[in-house]
Amino acid sequence: MYATRTRRARPEAFAAHPSIAERLGLPYMDGSLFVGSVVLVATSVFVLAESTMRDVPGSPGYFADRQAIYAVLGLIGMYVLARIDYSRFRELRVGIYTFLCVSVSLVFVFGFAARGSRRAFELPFFSFQPSELGKLLLVLALAGFVIDGARRGSARQRTVRYLCLGLAPAALVFLQPDLGTSLVYVAITLAVMYVGGVRWTHFATIGAALVALIAVVLVAAPAVGTPILKEYQQQRLTSFADPSGDPSDAGYQQNQAKIAIGSGQVTGRGDRATQTRLEFVPERHTDFIFAVIGERYGFIGAAFVLSLYALLIWRALRIVTLSKNSYGTLVAGGIAVMLLFQVFVNVGMNLGIMPITGIPLPLLSYGGSSVLATLLALGVLQSIHMQARLSQRGRFAW
Amino acid sequence: MYRRSGELDPQGGNQLALRIAVFGGVALALFAVLFFRLWFLEIIKGDEYLAEARNNRTREFRVPAPRGEILDRNGEVLVSNRTSLALQVNPRKLPADPRERRAELAQLAELTHSTLPRVKRAIREESKLAPGAPVTLRRDVGNHLVYYLEENQDRFPGVTVQRVFVRSYPAGTLAAHLFGNVGEVSEKELKEPRNEGLEPGDSVGKDGVEYQYDKVLRGRAGATRIQVDALGRPTPGGQVDVVEPAPGNDLRLTIDGELQEAGEAALQGQGLAGAYVAMDVRSGAVLAMGSNPTFDPDELTPPISQRQVNELYRDPVRSPLTNRAIAGAYPTGSTFKAITSVAALASGNLTTTESINDDGLFELGGIDFENAGGAAYGSISLETALTVSSDVFYYTLGDRMNGSPALQRWAHKLGIGRESGIDLPGEQPGLLPTPAWRNQLYREDLTDRPWSAGDNVNLSVGQGDLQADPLQMAVAYAAIANGGTVPRPHVALQVDDAAGRVLREFEPRPERSVKIDPEWRETILAGLHGAAQSPGGTSYGIFGGFPVPVAGKTGTAERPPYADQSWYVVLAPYPDPEIVVAVTFEEGGFGADTAAPAALKILSQHFGKEAKPVEATGGAVE
Repeated sequence: MYATRTRRARPEAFAAHPSIAERLGLPYMDGSLFVGSVVLVATSVFVLAESTMRDVPGSPGYFADRQAIYAVLGLIGMYVLARIDYSRFRELRVGIYTFLCVSVSLVFVFGFAARGSRRAFELPFFSFQPSELGKLLLVLALAGFVIDGARRGSARQRTVRYLCLGLAPAALVFLQPDLGTSLVYVAITLAVMYVGGVRWTHFATIGAALVALIAVVLVAAPAVGTPILKEYQQQRLTSFADPSGDPSDAGYQQNQAKIAIGSGQVTGRGDRATQTRLEFVPERHTDFIFAVIGERYGFIGAAFVLSLYALLIWRALRIVTLSKNSYGTLVAGGIAVMLLFQVFVNVGMNLGIMPITGIPLPLLSYGGSSVLATLLALGVLQSIHMQARLSQRGRFAW
Repeated sequence: MYRRSGELDPQGGNQLALRIAVFGGVALALFAVLFFRLWFLEIIKGDEYLAEARNNRTREFRVPAPRGEILDRNGEVLVSNRTSLALQVNPRKLPADPRERRAELAQLAELTHSTLPRVKRAIREESKLAPGAPVTLRRDVGNHLVYYLEENQDRFPGVTVQRVFVRSYPAGTLAAHLFGNVGEVSEKELKEPRNEGLEPGDSVGKDGVEYQYDKVLRGRAGATRIQVDALGRPTPGGQVDVVEPAPGNDLRLTIDGELQEAGEAALQGQGLAGAYVAMDVRSGAVLAMGSNPTFDPDELTPPISQRQVNELYRDPVRSPLTNRAIAGAYPTGSTFKAITSVAALASGNLTTTESINDDGLFELGGIDFENAGGAAYGSISLETALTVSSDVFYYTLGDRMNGSPALQRWAHKLGIGRESGIDLPGEQPGLLPTPAWRNQLYREDLTDRPWSAGDNVNLSVGQGDLQADPLQMAVAYAAIANGGTVPRPHVALQVDDAAGRVLREFEPRPERSVKIDPEWRETILAGLHGAAQSPGGTSYGIFGGFPVPVAGKTGTAERPPYADQSWYVVLAPYPDPEIVVAVTFEEGGFGADTAAPAALKILSQHFGKEAKPVEATGGAVE
């Protein structure tokens, strides 16, 4: 409230003769974060262009062209968000939360089914997957609720309230069914609560409950004949422990991804890559794009990409500490976990140390919704950074 | 500022800083895990995974090599190849749904006249041998079935029809016992060293010449390695390399197709179970060899029906698959006398001029041994004894040689009761009775009496426990006729490559040499010549009118509980024989009744000359 009010009062010094860069707000942005995002999304377009040339007959650039368009749109969105004071989203938390729940529910009605699950709307130019944008929306709304409810109720009541607010959309997404994204929602919820100061003892309780839940879902429920997870989901979740089984099952995919990455060795196989070019690795332009990079560009390429992600996470964590207000701290923390969780689970799945959950690799995996949502999230991070810098200097964007 | 308020930061900035630090530490740890794992996969295990990736993308399609042809000595084709349509099913492309899968397999079973369990078993067994390879459910499917499957392809996912090579036998049943059959190599056979380099699905000779000379005939399968995608679909331009199959070489047999045909006709003309061998006296080259009852080798090409299995494999009396020429086990009757003669002469129990009185009766230990037909020939020498086939003469020799190993040793030297070493699998050694053998049986309580002089007397005329086959008799007679060289019989003549060039000739060295005095040889052959072609000889009625001089001996062996075994062994031309023919019939009666006429037909074909009828004076008396 205080912050939003002061934003409208412009100091004299800024109004005088601002440079073009100053007008664009560039000095107040996190340069490393920006460069990292752009390089990653450009890498995505480049890798897709090289590796999916023969995928769609007659249009070699099918995936790369589309990804480039999403990237450009996303970067524009990122800039716009960077220039908006993120604190405004706190006031809109109820609206945002309602929009989130409605949009992920609407796919049950209007969504089109792909491989047995309804996740996206078919729009004229591309299909839109609300649960992707929902990750960012959840961060924005939940952080607002935490700030808003900070003084209401006992600590336990608050913990339960946050959990319910976070797990409701997660449950909706789970029912689509989209196990991976719902897990991201859970991670975001826990992250916001964590940064928001929920007691360690509460986390311990939640952790215990989680273990119990996993036991019930994977062991007890199937045993009594009422499986909660679909069979393929369960197979994927458990097969990473034993990946070299039957070629037709989930373990096979993971094994193939491992072979792909391993065969890249130090410098990669370039166009002689076979694992990812000849479809031994499934979903290579989305979930398994990291395997493509590992095979084509070797350890050097894959390590480069991983370093970029490390850079993003580091900058995000830095922004958490820089934020001028608690809302910014919570939002930045949520986004940092959202990125970290997705990167770790996806890359871990490619490397054969995490189960297959269908979580895309942020910015690299082909997919408009994911790229847009991630770039917008990075835009919010930039906004938090910008506001912090501006408040430090006592200057304001406009 | 609410930043400093409430739960968010109850203990001031330290609490948040701690949480962020923990968060940062966790992030660092997670990235470290990813980097380490990446390094492990790409740098430590990179070579392994690269090899696996290379292996992954190629599929080898084996291109079977056509087997070499089998020809007779004149180049007539006896066994060649034809293409057959094989119904195959790829287990990986069958429907995943168990019920659909079952339905499809059930339908396939019906279409291939099989049963569901059998189809499932075939798939299971093949898949164990060669995972992912198509399984052949049935060969030789008709065109109508192929059309039906093609029209209903969507109902039969994973089912294909492939052309495969199978054997064809343009000469029908001719020489069926020699060839054996060809079939898919079994799991057990793959482990044998002789089948090194073969893979599941390859064909291999299972018996006969096909087995013996499999390496010559099989050729080398080619392979097309092509680059495939994950679904096994060939990728454009992805042919990695092609190794053309090398067809097998042709095998030329020593068999003379026309002689073979004449021999089989002679066997079948009698309508009895029996066998014959015609062999080169010096080299041991088998010119013809047959066994009756016979079979159509084409029937052994799968699929084979239960009725066929019963007829071919499960009839112990007819036993059509048995090659009686090398696996028959019969007493030889008087044809053995030539061997007894050699043994007696060599052991000093007889001279070529010595006479023995044949009064028609030989008494030994209270048992009377008589000549056949109750005849008495008076004082006769070896030559006459062979001509008239005097039993008493040979009983005497058998009795003289009892107590010494002479008779058994010479019979053994000449090839009786042992394998001849012919290049065909399935040869049986037969049995040459010895005192040691019988006494051992007696000790084990398997017989009622130990060896006695009577056993030797019986053996001297080819009766009793002796078991031999026509090939052994042919070898023994050949060795006597050529002056002591025991030949190694063989059916392979040479190997020709596809262009007809001779790659290899088979000239197996003789098994061994035995010392036969030329005088013995002359006397024995003269006696045998007389038996065949002088009035009063035992087979004069058959060979008396044959324009080529021959030396032949009849044999009639008691083989309880069956009727007498009929034998005839003949050498021609006399006095320097080139060919030996041995014929035998189960339950054929006197040697002159069935075996001798069959031998005559074979020799007529060989020399291209017919016998003129003669007045039978000495025939039909054994």
